[in-house]
Amino acid sequence: MASKLIEKRQLSENVFQMVFEAAKIARKRRAGQFVVIRIHEQGERIPLTIADADPMRGTITIVFQRVGKTTYHLSMLEVGDEVMDIVGPMGKPTNIEKVGTVACIGGGVGVAPVYPITEAMKAAGNYVISIIGARDKGLVIMEDEMRSVSDELIVATDDGSYGFHGFVSQALEEEVIKKGKHVDQAVAIGPVPMMKAVCDTTRKYDIPTIVSLNSIMVDATGMCGACRVSVGGKTRFVCVDGPEFDGHQVDFKQLIDRQRIYLEQERLSLERYLETLRKEGRGS
Amino acid sequence: MNAKERMKIPRQAMPEQDPKVRSRNFDEVPYGYTAELAKKEALRCLNCPRPFCVEGCPVEIDIPAFINLIADGDFVGAAKKIKEKNALPAICGRVCPQEIQCEQRCVRGKKGEPVAIGRLERFAADYERSQGEVEIPEIAGPTGKKVAIVGSGPAGLTVAGDLVKLGHDVTIFEALHKPGGVLVYGIPEFRLPKDIVASEIDYLKRMGVKIETSYVIGKTSTIDELFQEGYDAIFLGVGAGLPVFMGIPGENLNGVYSANEYLTRANLMKAYLFPEYDTPIVKGRNVAVIGGGNVAMDSARTALRLGADNVYLVYRRSEKEMPARLEEIHHAKEEGINFQLLTNPKRYIGDDKGWVVGIECLRMELGEPDESGRRRPVPIEGSEFVLDVDTVVVAIGTRANPLVQATTPGLELNKWGYIVADEETGKTSREGVFAGGDIVTGSATVILAMGAGRKAARAIHEYLMDKK
Repeated sequence: MASKLIEKRQLSENVFQMVFEAAKIARKRRAGQFVVIRIHEQGERIPLTIADADPMRGTITIVFQRVGKTTYHLSMLEVGDEVMDIVGPMGKPTNIEKVGTVACIGGGVGVAPVYPITEAMKAAGNYVISIIGARDKGLVIMEDEMRSVSDELIVATDDGSYGFHGFVSQALEEEVIKKGKHVDQAVAIGPVPMMKAVCDTTRKYDIPTIVSLNSIMVDATGMCGACRVSVGGKTRFVCVDGPEFDGHQVDFKQLIDRQRIYLEQERLSLERYLETLRKEGRGS
Repeated sequence: MNAKERMKIPRQAMPEQDPKVRSRNFDEVPYGYTAELAKKEALRCLNCPRPFCVEGCPVEIDIPAFINLIADGDFVGAAKKIKEKNALPAICGRVCPQEIQCEQRCVRGKKGEPVAIGRLERFAADYERSQGEVEIPEIAGPTGKKVAIVGSGPAGLTVAGDLVKLGHDVTIFEALHKPGGVLVYGIPEFRLPKDIVASEIDYLKRMGVKIETSYVIGKTSTIDELFQEGYDAIFLGVGAGLPVFMGIPGENLNGVYSANEYLTRANLMKAYLFPEYDTPIVKGRNVAVIGGGNVAMDSARTALRLGADNVYLVYRRSEKEMPARLEEIHHAKEEGINFQLLTNPKRYIGDDKGWVVGIECLRMELGEPDESGRRRPVPIEGSEFVLDVDTVVVAIGTRANPLVQATTPGLELNKWGYIVADEETGKTSREGVFAGGDIVTGSATVILAMGAGRKAARAIHEYLMDKK
């Protein structure tokens, strides 16, 4: 059903936070779930993780990075505008239980989906060490929010402009594991190479690691299989079997390949869109 | 006109687009009968005292009656006669397998060709629509009973139409953003134009059916929550689900699609109009479709229309065993689909970027009949060969969608995950919950789902009127 944008905030150059009216989804959603958004009649359906929700107010929050036409278009919406459809909450919620110490790791815009899981892990009584990272200081998002739901927070930047100098996977190894802190479970969400790097690290130390996969979807109800991924040698559907899987079992190489299926069309579509914006004098 | 004269009239062909032209556009293939052709065809009906054709119709349309009205030139009357039993005639006239239902039972088929009942049904419905807004039938006074229907495909639409006419308050919940189910995501525009589906759904809405799109039962709300919200009965017509793959190497390579995805992109998302529409699709030059059913034919013909140079249909048995309708096979061949029969994929070959570049296939021969009664295909040893392709569409069926079942305690399922429902009533193991269509039978046809919907609607009405 159509849904109104009621708050909009730019978190970094290309990352936006938006609050939409979606009462039913707000009431039902749990950490780890996502929605599918279609902006307009000619629009495609894209999955976006629910970063937060307010059941009383009947709103959900999404955080996204504009990369292609649809996310760019979304970023151009203003408060009061509507998207044609929001459907959800889709996917299985994160399995939240008290396991001891949990490392919640988010890279780039992946901090947004890690946030509700971190909050739930903390609420379940775990000791939570969070690591959030980005390319540079200006791209670090949701630091205060993450701090408020973590026992410890480490910020890492690739260029060292803020916090730990290096990747989140390195921060995990250097600042947590090698400092003798025992980690019972890790949760890692972000770009595929980052999730792969974290999994390579945690595998060495036998730390069970959950990753949340953002594969291409169409219906997201288990009908089309666009989102299929190999986990432990078996084909699974991210939309209904996931989006979370045992990171040590995921075929990341295949996931990266599959995310690139429409690269050419995505580029064309974005160029066309930016050209329209320029003609309308609305470029940004 | 006497029977002898009627017997002399040959079955009237339906004009259609030239295969060379149509294989490159998404417009509907047949143009439909003209009034003149329809009248002529209608005169072929002998008005049998015991019309076997009606017995062959899953929704029991009074076939001789509507055909007679066409012969008399009362085309709108004919459409109304059909609609006494079938709310979706423009759809059924196009996609029903008449050759194994009404037309198979037609006495004229015993010596020659049966009356073209499907074409006449389609004509009557199209004629009525062309005359402006279609008149809605009489609706009974409100019963005060609320019914939720899950899924807006053929089964759900039939139940909705039947129950709203009886005065019940009917709401359909649809997971996708457009109602119609397989009629909009699965069956291509060139076989079933989407504005026809839209107008048939609009007809139901004008009768009072409410439709909530982008609403996933099992996620947005559960069955139990619907009961708490005051629904008195629920019909589950959620349709087919998870696509089946063969489990051979390379199935997750880029360029390998399930038919569900390929068709959903092309039909529901209108990827053939990319970049006007945002959803992309791989427009392969050399496309192989795996399977021999209607969905395989739809996929192959879609690939051609997306601009493929070669489209192969790879099927492990011979043409005789193909489950697709004869008309679909005929159309596919006319359009130039290359049938690779008695052939089965062994593995998909990929390049270093993860894209499919070929299929290693095996030639097959037919052995002893299997449990389906068809002769079992057996691989011929050493017959491996490679088909060079850049796109593959796997159309070998679907499994049950798990979303509703996963959140509905007490709902009995069979070993494949389909919902167990009584064949005559659609009753499930949960009180007040009925089911029909593909989620009960596994992949079948539009009309069988509608037939199941008809029976379930009857049972739901009885259940509601007996309650309290």
